[in-house]
Amino acid sequence: MERVLTTPISETDARALKAGDVIHVSGTMFTARDEAHRMMLEHGSPLPVEGLALFHCGPVAQKKGSDWEILAAGPTTSARMELFEADFLRRFKTRVIVGKGGMGDKTLAALGEVGAVYTHFTGGAGALAAKAVKRVTAVHWLEELGMPEAIWVMEVEKFGPLVVAMDSHGRSLYKDLSVTVDKNMEAIRARIKGGK
Amino acid sequence: MNLAQELGKAIGKAATILPPDAVRALEAAREREVGPARVQLEAILENVKIAREGKVPICQDTGTITFFVKLGTKFPHLPDLVRALPEAARVATKDVPLRPNTVHPFTGKNPGDNTGRYVPAVTWEMVDGDGAEVHVLPKGGGSENCCALRMLPPGGGLKGVKEAVVEHVVACGGLPCPPTIIGVGVGGGADLALKLGKMALLRPLGQRHPEPEVAALEAELEELINASGVGPMGLGGKTTVLAVHAEYAHRHPASLPVGIVVQCWAHRRATVRIRADGRMEVV
Ligand code: SF4
Repeated sequence: MERVLTTPISETDARALKAGDVIHVSGTMFTARDEAHRMMLEHGSPLPVEGLALFHCGPVAQKKGSDWEILAAGPTTSARMELFEADFLRRFKTRVIVGKGGMGDKTLAALGEVGAVYTHFTGGAGALAAKAVKRVTAVHWLEELGMPEAIWVMEVEKFGPLVVAMDSHGRSLYKDLSVTVDKNMEAIRARIKGGK
Repeated sequence: MNLAQELGKAIGKAATILPPDAVRALEAAREREVGPARVQLEAILENVKIAREGKVPICQDTGTITFFVKLGTKFPHLPDLVRALPEAARVATKDVPLRPNTVHPFTGKNPGDNTGRYVPAVTWEMVDGDGAEVHVLPKGGGSENCCALRMLPPGGGLKGVKEAVVEHVVACGGLPCPPTIIGVGVGGGADLALKLGKMALLRPLGQRHPEPEVAALEAELEELINASGVGPMGLGGKTTVLAVHAEYAHRHPASLPVGIVVQCWAHRRATVRIRADGRMEVV
């Protein structure tokens, strides 16, 4: 199933998504990496974020006159945010997380509790992502955190392709795949042992 | 002769234009894949095209700038070159622009120009001649975090090496943005093994090591790793690695170090050739 979700995304819409779906997101997306997660949990959010898309990303941005332009904005490794994400989701209720590499069991449980999904955007496809960014509407904590860690609020159009990799029903493509890989590895180990 | 400008241009080229060998390898991978794996490779190739046409960075992580210099022992512009390397990082950071990626490990301060203590890192290799060849390798954090060193018991032989590399690369899963290129450095000491692994990345894709034993190891490792099914971005598929490149150095009888260097699909490189008369070309 392929479709476009527009923010604010409702809990019902997020719960309708299943692992393996390919979606695009239009509307408001904000970036937050480790430092921004920590700051938001400590000091509260500088903007209302319920129903928005949260992007694990440290973009390359350039100031053009008084406006910011995003030059590249691919996902960063989501595992680093595992430390914060479950609390973050419960408190801020963002509905679509965009990242790469997947997240752990705590996040998977929180996705189910809150009604949200974790989606995978092609790692490193920073130029493709930037093309879907129509404009930067705000940037928070730029001074305090620097360009990669700041919170960039962006208006996006058909941002994707996003593969729903962890859904609110407890399914994770990463977990499914790890079962397959473990099986393949048994055969591979045997081949190495039996070889020269 | 403005070395810093020219080297800065090369960094810019590396950041925005994926070399043709990498593009070809990704295209071949796309043809092999179906489903989510193919969606990933299509997105990657679309991304590469947008970056090239728009002259914007391929990936937002424009990496840590690393130089490998093949220096002719009679090269007459060495002081200029030494000065130009960090200056080129500053030039490119402003011109491309690149993401400022150098952070002081104790204070967290970022100078904002992609330079710092020992950065850009430079590896000097002395060769005959009066020219210099500067290779730029901007290395992203996601894939660098997946590099590893194994000090293996020599008794395990090549089987041990294969096992260590395959286990490690497969365990990394989607973290280093596969399909990856793996540089394997066998032998030397701990530091040299990793350095050799990194230097092996400079060899064009599709070119095997000239020695048949090493070439055979490369081919076998590729096949074994791709049989894992990790696939593009760790979402499953046939292509986990685009290539494995191996290098070696003689080792101490009691140790078998293996450096495993992981490079993401964004295998960004550029080379500047500088001649004794000051002429330069970016390739
Ligand atoms: S691993 Fe490579 S492609 Fe992936 S985000 Fe880092 S630099 Fe970009």
